[in-house]
Amino acid sequence: MSGWIKVCALDEIAPQGSRVVASSQGDIALFRTADDRVFGLHDKCPHKGGPLSQGIVHGDTVTCPLHGFKIGLKDGEAVAPDKGCARRFEVKLDGGAVWLQLT
Amino acid sequence: MPYSVVPRMWGGLTTPAELRTIADVAEKYQVPTVKMTGGARIDLLGIRKEDLPKVWADLGAAGMVSGHAYGKSIRTVKTCVGAEHCRFGTQRSMAMGVKLERMLFGMGAPHKVKLAVSGCPRNCAEAGIKDIGVIGVDSGYELYVAGNGGIKTEVAQFLCKVKSDEEVMEYSGAFLQLYREEGYYLERTCHYVARVGLDHVKAAVVNDPLKRKELYERLMFALQDYEDPWQAAVAKPAVRREYEIIKIKELTAEVMP
Ligand code: SF4
Ligand code: FES
Repeated sequence: MSGWIKVCALDEIAPQGSRVVASSQGDIALFRTADDRVFGLHDKCPHKGGPLSQGIVHGDTVTCPLHGFKIGLKDGEAVAPDKGCARRFEVKLDGGAVWLQLT
Repeated sequence: MPYSVVPRMWGGLTTPAELRTIADVAEKYQVPTVKMTGGARIDLLGIRKEDLPKVWADLGAAGMVSGHAYGKSIRTVKTCVGAEHCRFGTQRSMAMGVKLERMLFGMGAPHKVKLAVSGCPRNCAEAGIKDIGVIGVDSGYELYVAGNGGIKTEVAQFLCKVKSDEEVMEYSGAFLQLYREEGYYLERTCHYVARVGLDHVKAAVVNDPLKRKELYERLMFALQDYEDPWQAAVAKPAVRREYEIIKIKELTAEVMP
């Protein structure tokens, strides 16, 4: 596996919160669910580019702060009836550390 | 996404020192737009999220707190210059406005809450379209409630007349507590009063001194332990972290074990 980068400790993302990683591929939003899983999405809503990292995390979904698209954290897909997809980034937890894959 | 910060100015009053602080913040963080809000406060528009805790800290160091400019909460108490500076003024509207805004600081509500105090019936503070409008008259104050300048413009309705500043605070506090207890989420006072009827409000706030006192005391109880969330974001690393962007060095990436 290539391109894995250790970005932060799990503790540094609040439960149901998010952090932004500035990368050469644009801002990447890391989301932590209530049950401590972490997902990574391009920080750009498929609707009009809203910052998903500033949305509200509920279950495995984040609601965009601009117009309320619900985006699945696992696949970046907008929940129907909305359409669109935010690019997904692989994230792994290793002990207390959060790793992100940049390919 | 840019953010905005509206420093609280109690009753709309400010000082040269506060203005200097605001100007310094605007320059230091390259705030692109500075304007007056509809509630007569200064809006710093277009602040980067990662600068927010620094802006709050700089303003906090100068003794200024946030204006809750977007909350479902107390927003502003607008005032005219009143008897302090106006030849028509019958009451000290600025002082009254400062007292009301300080009393209600941090109060959450079903929707935003705006007040205004005018020193005489010429009503330069536009109290007729506020959730609570206070108008100074020779013998005291007239209180109006449930005005709205929003989607549906509504003229505030006359509630009652009172004599003293203390009564203005008690009646206003009781009305707002009644609204806090009975209003639905996102229901402005004009819609709330239209739903329950002005007589229902009068029965609790005007005609029943005991009920009024109880309502007022419940409001005071609710407000006593208020913790400023903006100062918490400045002081608590766990909260502050959310505003910081994670920078990575992609070339020297560590290899996952
Ligand atoms: S409302 Fe009356 S007291 Fe206040 S500024 Fe206008 S004229 Fe003067
Ligand atoms: S930009 Fe996200 S819902 Fe419109």
